[in-house]
Amino acid sequence: MNVFYPAQALADWFTYSIAGLNPHSHAAEVLNFFVFDSLKIFALLAAIVFAVAYLRSFLPPEKIRAFLMGKPTFIANILAAVFGIATPFCTCSAIPLFLGFLQTGVPLGATFSFLVSSPMVNEVALALLFSAFGWKIALTYAASGVAIATLSGMAIGKMKVENLLADFVIKKRTDKDVPLGKLTAKQRLTNAWRYTLEILHKVWPFVLVGIGIGSWIHGYVPVDTLAGYAGADKWYAVPLATLLGIPLYSNAAGILPLIGVLQEKGVAMGTILAFMMAVTALSLPEFMILKKIMKSKLIIIFASTVGLGIMLTGYLFNAIFK
Amino acid sequence: MKNPKTIQVFGSGCPTCKTLHERTVKAAVELGIATPVEYVTEIQRIIDLGLMQSPVLAIDDEPVIVGFVPSIEDIKNSIKDKLAK
Repeated sequence: MNVFYPAQALADWFTYSIAGLNPHSHAAEVLNFFVFDSLKIFALLAAIVFAVAYLRSFLPPEKIRAFLMGKPTFIANILAAVFGIATPFCTCSAIPLFLGFLQTGVPLGATFSFLVSSPMVNEVALALLFSAFGWKIALTYAASGVAIATLSGMAIGKMKVENLLADFVIKKRTDKDVPLGKLTAKQRLTNAWRYTLEILHKVWPFVLVGIGIGSWIHGYVPVDTLAGYAGADKWYAVPLATLLGIPLYSNAAGILPLIGVLQEKGVAMGTILAFMMAVTALSLPEFMILKKIMKSKLIIIFASTVGLGIMLTGYLFNAIFK
Repeated sequence: MKNPKTIQVFGSGCPTCKTLHERTVKAAVELGIATPVEYVTEIQRIIDLGLMQSPVLAIDDEPVIVGFVPSIEDIKNSIKDKLAK
């Protein structure tokens, strides 16, 4: 049985019995999709954000740093990318994380791996992918995110760009021990629950507007309308989607609920994944903040390396999911 | 209640950090603490504490809340716990 059956039943009941719409009308299709999608997305968001927040309490960045110190390049990059999944990423933590890693001797490349995967593979994106396409695509996204983060971090590490960091960044070395206290199981659960509420509180208006627009498109725009512009055979769709994603970071929560509908209307899967990655990992506000600690040249190197990785992934999946 | 020597909120100036600062000020007022709540935006100071997340609430130079914004009630409890030690 479909786990979302109750949500569908509720949406049907609401559309046909309460609102009394004709099941064959566009309006009914829009409302039904809106109720169903909202229930599904918010249930998944709550469940996934809570689970990730709970697991995360066992892996604070201070602990991750201890793992990374003294590991050989390749291993350090993979580990940094994998640990990046578990870390919440808000642009306000970008600089402390960056400095904290570098100043305890974590290599620059591994630090970049972390900086890429942390926002890219995040719980909100995973919940929305799961909702739109199921767990296989969500996992594919996570795995590609880790791969891109590992490889682009290694590439940047090879470029020897330490001279492009602000002077104070590497001059200082700290090896201070982590003074974090132990948490009880109850504290972990309460914190995770509180974090979940906080995230839901922050994103719900955007998500709802996104679902609203998506529902309208679902009901009124004919299937395959977008295929002519963004189908798998259109070579420019992937770079275009990647570029479009850069300025959209601040509205990510409102845009990501649209991905399911985009696919329905003919946008290829690889293009959609590239778009999501660009929205989450390439963010203008983050670049502005990073300017405090590195030269613009390094930000450009960083953005183009990651952007290239994202586009290759887009093309790869467009070829696979044909 | 006795007053701690310092109450500091460290953050990069992001909205989350500002919220923690505002709530800490309120918590201190409600507890009747006279120590001023200092708001530090110099990131290096967070690193020097051995931490890598923002925001941070530190009392007498020891971090008590790291990386999230608790309720005013929780902030009051953290201050009380720290002072009882």
